[in-house]
Amino acid sequence: MRSFQKHLADFNARGIRVAGISTDAADITRQHCQKRGFTFAFLTDPKAEVVRRYGLLHQGGGPQGTDIARPAEFLIDPTGLIRWVNLTESVTVRARPEQVRKAVDELMLAAP
Amino acid sequence: MKRRWNLLIWAGFLLVAVGLVSYVPFFALFPSTRDFPWVNLSLFGLGAVLLGKGLGQAFGQPQLYRGRVFGPILTALCLAGIGFFCYGLLYVARQLPAAAAAPRVGQKAPDFSLPDQNGKAVTLAELLTSAPVGGAGGKANGALLIFYRGYW
Repeated sequence: MRSFQKHLADFNARGIRVAGISTDAADITRQHCQKRGFTFAFLTDPKAEVVRRYGLLHQGGGPQGTDIARPAEFLIDPTGLIRWVNLTESVTVRARPEQVRKAVDELMLAAP
Repeated sequence: MKRRWNLLIWAGFLLVAVGLVSYVPFFALFPSTRDFPWVNLSLFGLGAVLLGKGLGQAFGQPQLYRGRVFGPILTALCLAGIGFFCYGLLYVARQLPAAAAAPRVGQKAPDFSLPDQNGKAVTLAELLTSAPVGGAGGKANGALLIFYRGYW
């Protein structure tokens, strides 16, 4: 998340809105955004409804066996079609901004 | 004759200890040292070499160097710590559900409406059709959704 905040201008310049989604409670997300200075949207899904809809539920993966989201990144075009997906196999390995920026340039902004 | 302290053993132990405690609070913050923890693994390697040399001194020249008792103890602690680190990295961190039901490339992204950090409801449609603040020319070319585990 820190690295995406650092490269946010790259995505802004390409007209791509960045949004984080987690099952954190609203106040935890708000405090976290304030502390870290995150300026893009952080959406809260405490009941994991959207996380479930996206097939990303990690049952019992959170503290005290709560259900959370497994990490995943999606690029969605203006018509709502998914153009790129990254489903990591390890919690320590996530998509990097440079990698996503390349996917935006190649899959979403390139002339057809 | 008073025997010398076996500094190699202590230095090796220190390097392994630093490698163990520095990953989560520091090196995991940067993608280049997080995805593959090469700094921590290098510290382990260097520490292991020093421990090996120190043990060699302790047992090879026991009249000169100390460490025949605490050397093996510290080495065992280091090996246990490194084993725990590798278990976490190679096993625990990879216990993620497969996400077989996640939407694929070319499929329609499920719509949603969720509150953001300011309590304002945001829909996927809105993310897709409104240009980012600070973007050039007010273009709206889509959205990047990042699902994350949370900060609890």
